[in-house]
Amino acid sequence: MVTEKDVAYVAELAHLELTDEERARMLKDLNSILGYIDRLNELDTADVEPMAQVASRYGAEAARGFAEAMREDEPRPCLPHEEALRNAPDSDGVFFKVPKVIER
Amino acid sequence: MNIDLLTVEAARTAVLEKQTTATALADAFYAKIEAEDPAIGAYLTLSKERAYAQAARIDTLADKGDGLPALAGVPVAVKDVFTTKDVRTTAGSKILDNFIAPYDATIVRRLEDAGAVILGKTNCDEFAMGSSNENSGFYPVHNPRDRTRVPGGSSGGSAAAVAAGTAVASIGSDTGGSIRQPAAFCGVVGLMPTYGRVSRYGLIAFASSLDHPGPFAKTVMDAALMLEVLAGRDPADSTTADVLVPNYSEYVGQPVTGLKIGVPGEYFGEGLDAGVRAVVERGIQELARAGAEIVPISLPHTSYAIPTYYVVATAEASSNLARYDGVRYGLRSAGKTLAEMYRRTRDAGFGAEVKRRIMLGTYVLSAGYYDAYYLKAQKVRSLLARDFDEAFAKVDAIVTPTTPTPAFKLGEKTDDPLAMYLADIFTVTADLVGVPGISIPCGTSKEGLPIGMQILGKHFDEATVLRVAHVAEHALAGR
Repeated sequence: MVTEKDVAYVAELAHLELTDEERARMLKDLNSILGYIDRLNELDTADVEPMAQVASRYGAEAARGFAEAMREDEPRPCLPHEEALRNAPDSDGVFFKVPKVIER
Repeated sequence: MNIDLLTVEAARTAVLEKQTTATALADAFYAKIEAEDPAIGAYLTLSKERAYAQAARIDTLADKGDGLPALAGVPVAVKDVFTTKDVRTTAGSKILDNFIAPYDATIVRRLEDAGAVILGKTNCDEFAMGSSNENSGFYPVHNPRDRTRVPGGSSGGSAAAVAAGTAVASIGSDTGGSIRQPAAFCGVVGLMPTYGRVSRYGLIAFASSLDHPGPFAKTVMDAALMLEVLAGRDPADSTTADVLVPNYSEYVGQPVTGLKIGVPGEYFGEGLDAGVRAVVERGIQELARAGAEIVPISLPHTSYAIPTYYVVATAEASSNLARYDGVRYGLRSAGKTLAEMYRRTRDAGFGAEVKRRIMLGTYVLSAGYYDAYYLKAQKVRSLLARDFDEAFAKVDAIVTPTTPTPAFKLGEKTDDPLAMYLADIFTVTADLVGVPGISIPCGTSKEGLPIGMQILGKHFDEATVLRVAHVAEHALAGR
């Protein structure tokens, strides 16, 4: 059972503030969805390997193609500086600017 | 020229044979979009400057008369989750309202290299999270077949544009059903290729192990022609596999005689609308009549796919969406401290469903819950994959309904997230397992709403999927 405290804790981890209204709704929705997810416990998975990637299920040809995906680690052209800064909400032309992080 | 029924093949031929020009086609489609799209809402941004520059290049090539590339002059639309250089790219989110992408997604480059003219960017659920397109941060899409109904989601704009004839074909992305489900709701063809078949480079990530780019089209042949252009290894996406890409269009038109087609009992049980069942069963009969052997099969873990999906997908999403913090691009809401700026930016920029999924994903990955939820779901994902391995040892393809019901009404499910999630009950498993799938129009409900039939195949065997789909399309059209 998710509690109000859990919602506050998870919101903090996720960098969300959420209004009181949103928190109440979140509590209800998370409990309803997690209640549905709990049915996974009907299955015995003690001897089952977790699957994180589809590639682990490919046949031989594809698995070989996937294994050869590594490339040489060599420098290549990257995004020009001004392009990288073009969408910045705040910048001084060299760096991204953010609110002060360190107090002194 | 009547552009409403224009196919990829017909558009290219018309440009090649000088019955029209790429520029005239772009003019005609933009005129239609301006007249009809306000009532549908399929487009978020029109990329006219880029489209006309591309059309001019194609027209110059056509004048030289040395042949034209595969999609020359074909007007297409791209879901707004793919980056387009110098064109606004929002992922359907207010947090990226003003974002101008600095590079092209691989599929965008491949389309243009093949001569396609990208008309614009289509509406979608925010960050591709939704089954009705009502989670768009901008405006909902209306189903062109019945404007009181949803087009499906999350690639609702891409499906609606093809259904309304405001694009000849389009691109979507499928993470839990987001190509096949809207294709079914709008009565068009939607193809999700194998995971690793089409590059995700430039696809704004929702759930990286589940995101599959793929085409929408009016016909199975057009979907095959689009896939020929999209498919293949991309050095910029290490999860693309180096597997031979066949000429898919050569498989379109081949008979299904002798093919074994599995029908899983679990997809025809409780919750399936009677009208959908009747139409899809007729589709299966047509395949039998065309010479396929119909084999009853079982995919025993089917009912665990939705809960598995909502753990895996939200966990991956919570991590992928951490990048929207107001620092490098997108929205920023002022805050006194860095942490307050992050929180205010994310609170203001994300919609309700995206926040819900970030919260759920963060929760299932948090200390004390990782094993109980995330690891457990990954193990069940293995069981789902095993179901398909066992089924595909016996059959060449699997046929099911694409969705349990036809398109529902706008607003019908917006208050109940779980009810909305269940709209993807027949499509999510293929995303988790990574096998290819297509939805083709199979008939209509008694209200006249489109019903889709889904065909799933083995990893990297889109050719068989397209072959079966074409035989069914042909048989159903002739009935």
